[in-house]
Amino acid sequence: MGLENLLLGFSIAVTPFNLFVAVVGITLGTIIGVLPGLGGANGVAILLPLTFTMPPTSAIILLTSLYWGALFGGAITSILFNIPGEPWSVATTFDGYPLARQGQGGQALTAAFTSSFVGALFSIVLITLFAPLLAEIALRFGPPEFFAIQLLTFSSFVGLGGGNPLKSLVSILLGFILAAVGLDIVTGQLRMTFGITDLMKGFDFIIAVIGLFGIGEILLSVEEGLTFRGAATGMNLKVVLQTWKILPRYARTFVRGAFIGFWMGFKPGGATPASFMSYAFAKRFSKHPERFGKGELEGVVAPETAAHAAGVAAILPMITLGIPGSPTAAVMLGGLIIWGLQPGPLLFTEKPDFVWGLIASMYTGNIIGVLMVLAGVPFFAAILRVPFAILTPLIVVVCAVGAYAVHSSMIDVWYMMIFGVVGYVFKKLDYPLAPLVLALVLGDLAENALRQSLIMSQGSLTVFFTRPIACVITVAALFFLFMPILTPWWRRLRGLPPTPSAPAEA
Amino acid sequence: MRQISTSVLLLMLLAGTLLATSAAAWEPTKPIEFVVPAGTGGGADQMARLIHGIAEKHKLSPRPIIVVNKSGGAGAEGFLHVKGKKGDAHTIIITLSNLFTTPLHTGVPFSWKDLTPVTRLALDQFILWVNAETPYKTAKEYIAAVKEKNGTMKMGGTGSAQEDQILTIMLEQAQGVKFIYVPFKGGGEVCVNLVGKHVDSTVNNPAECVSHWKANRVRPLAVFDTERIPVGEWKGIPTIKEALGSDIHYLMLRGIFGAPDMPKEAVDWYVGFLKKVTETPDWKKYMEDNALKPAFTSGAEYVKWVEENEQLHRDLMAKGGLLKQ
Amino acid sequence: MTRTADLATAALLLLIGLIAVVDSLRLGAGWGSDGPKSGFFPFWLGTLLLVVTVVIAVQAWRRGPGKPFVTREQLRPVMQVLWPAVAMVALTAVIGLYVASALYLAFYMRWVGRHRWLTVVLISIGIPVVTFLVFEQWFLVPMPKGPLETWLGY
Repeated sequence: MGLENLLLGFSIAVTPFNLFVAVVGITLGTIIGVLPGLGGANGVAILLPLTFTMPPTSAIILLTSLYWGALFGGAITSILFNIPGEPWSVATTFDGYPLARQGQGGQALTAAFTSSFVGALFSIVLITLFAPLLAEIALRFGPPEFFAIQLLTFSSFVGLGGGNPLKSLVSILLGFILAAVGLDIVTGQLRMTFGITDLMKGFDFIIAVIGLFGIGEILLSVEEGLTFRGAATGMNLKVVLQTWKILPRYARTFVRGAFIGFWMGFKPGGATPASFMSYAFAKRFSKHPERFGKGELEGVVAPETAAHAAGVAAILPMITLGIPGSPTAAVMLGGLIIWGLQPGPLLFTEKPDFVWGLIASMYTGNIIGVLMVLAGVPFFAAILRVPFAILTPLIVVVCAVGAYAVHSSMIDVWYMMIFGVVGYVFKKLDYPLAPLVLALVLGDLAENALRQSLIMSQGSLTVFFTRPIACVITVAALFFLFMPILTPWWRRLRGLPPTPSAPAEA
Repeated sequence: MRQISTSVLLLMLLAGTLLATSAAAWEPTKPIEFVVPAGTGGGADQMARLIHGIAEKHKLSPRPIIVVNKSGGAGAEGFLHVKGKKGDAHTIIITLSNLFTTPLHTGVPFSWKDLTPVTRLALDQFILWVNAETPYKTAKEYIAAVKEKNGTMKMGGTGSAQEDQILTIMLEQAQGVKFIYVPFKGGGEVCVNLVGKHVDSTVNNPAECVSHWKANRVRPLAVFDTERIPVGEWKGIPTIKEALGSDIHYLMLRGIFGAPDMPKEAVDWYVGFLKKVTETPDWKKYMEDNALKPAFTSGAEYVKWVEENEQLHRDLMAKGGLLKQ
Repeated sequence: MTRTADLATAALLLLIGLIAVVDSLRLGAGWGSDGPKSGFFPFWLGTLLLVVTVVIAVQAWRRGPGKPFVTREQLRPVMQVLWPAVAMVALTAVIGLYVASALYLAFYMRWVGRHRWLTVVLISIGIPVVTFLVFEQWFLVPMPKGPLETWLGY
């Protein structure tokens, strides 16, 4: 390792052409991040042919910049319209959207972008210093470890919602059941499809989210006859500086989010669970957990820091192990192959200029990215000033286009509409939506990892306790799962009043 | 000098005739939808995106190609999508073995006969891999160890009742051993789990493990083919027959089909287009790096090969108890 | 009434739970030699859903009718968004997404928003055109198309 490698990298990344390429990539990426349904994978696939005329380092800078842009951009529609532009910005809607409704969209956006940048920076520094070592750690994660992580994500989140715990349970169960529809990869059998072709691909998380959150929210807000208080948002950059003054307060949330994000980012699809877990921990450790979900800035900081940290960390297995951490990385991998590079453990020694150029470009790309999106804050916030009767149908159209774009499938648009109505009814009847969404994300991953583990151990559950890493994570997960039950018991044992001062459940 | 100019003239003539014929023949008039019945990052997806890349780079298609992944239901989603596009001249699909295995195992109603065969591009090899830190230098030593451990060694593979499991069962039956088969979502994931020692062996395609091999993390023991792979360092890997004495061979189709009842002229255009793709240096390098067997063919020969292979899969899956009950 | 809505939702959830249980029994809901079978998780998820939903339904029944789930005045704007949106999705299959979304935008802006015709026409044509450029041309994500696009050669 060492400094000279990184300096070599910077000498490659900081050329006028490569900086220009980064700006182009980030602009396109932000657009992709904003539009639900369009993911980084689409953008990368489209730009790929363009990269054949470039040196591989410029090419990968273009593609990764697009990816950073998408990571930043995902927060914009989450905050402004409650529509997560990307899966990992679902948790950002929980507090970001209420903030926007209260006329604080500018603050929420600034906090989101800044957190993204901090999370990214944290991951990049770790990659710079420890990339090969981290790759070794990633290798030690087999199915039992992954299942333990899914369990931890889940158990950190349950018991956090308010209202009727039975209704939370229904949401969770429904999410898991929907996640089970389609092919069971462990046995290759079709579940709950009843021979209907359209059910075979199962329920896509992003379709459900566009419906539940996007359409559901539109229906709720027209019912309440509310319009956005966009006018309260100033049209200048002062809001950025004002928000920056508040943000140091959340230093601990930043660090926690960055750690969670980086650690989870190794695993394919890690950014989304990471954002949920970070949100859950922020709420658990907060002095005011009751403010979460109603417009707490910390509720934006936590998921965004983790999501971007995970997004950056996902690049690591791609370059060091040759396995993609996300669909976007998968398409990039295809790119590496076409450029004549062999992704995998040898890349560091065989193509140091490429690898270190890429790592250096992570710094430059994210710095350029955060400056660009922050400069756009007043503009994004001003979107809310668009008259209501134009904005409403526009959001519906964007949702429909997005839902179709995910799999180029019309049935998905219908699913989205149905999820929209479900979202509206559930919200009115106090069924929480977040557990449903989380269960839908984790259901598939968790069940596969669990069953792979059990096949490996021939049906014995001890596999989660005999392997050291899995054991630590599983115990932590069980601790959080039973904390709501254990806390009163523990307090009684010590002669304290049965209600804890910091409500971990409600 | 004279010779050169003659050949240039000849080339120009040839190019002229080619241009003239292609101008009269069918050409795509809108973007081509290229369906991948598998997820992003796998072998089929890589190849589709390579074809897309080569077509763009060498300007081989007048209209853009749009790669669409439809991996639901072990690829059933993609196949049924194309099956529904009767007579469409702008939809093609890349196939892997799930063309045969998915309908046989899940009973989803489609068959290659619903589609229009276009070309066979290549055949993919399978190799028996173990972790490089294990003491097994040959397949014989490894199989002996599997026997000794009495059914507790783990074989990792992609999906369930698909090619990797078929191969595992073939190996089990030929050698009288027993593995614990652990299914994963994709080939890259399988090989990483081998490197991480979460499984004991895999039957990965060369492309999925090659980088770990070069980094000395995994060791190839035998090729599941009748002859050795004739390129590069792959030559050093014995066939399964050389290594174990039993002749287990299996190759996976990497081919292209079109929508049902695709017009004849359109099929001809795709055959010509793909022929040009396979003649580019980029394609040849990819084939060599990933130890793919070049096997370009089309027309009746292709159909005959597919027919034979469908029967082969039916037999193999019946033997392994993988057919839908 | 909120109670009616609660009970109706519970009925739907019961149906989903039942589907999960029935299909899981077909697949085998037991614990095989190497871990749970295909139907194991859906079976228990479905069973638990049935139980919890029944409890919720009983709770809702005991609580009494409650306040109205949605008033007529509240429902009106919701339906103004929902039905045209459903119509748009239905029409997409026939005339393509671009034309359908243009019609939807125009309809809502004029009918609900009472915007000037000029604004209505500009936006309802402009948005689909921008969508077309971004998705179809730029990111090569094809959207469902109808006769208009065919006529234009796409």
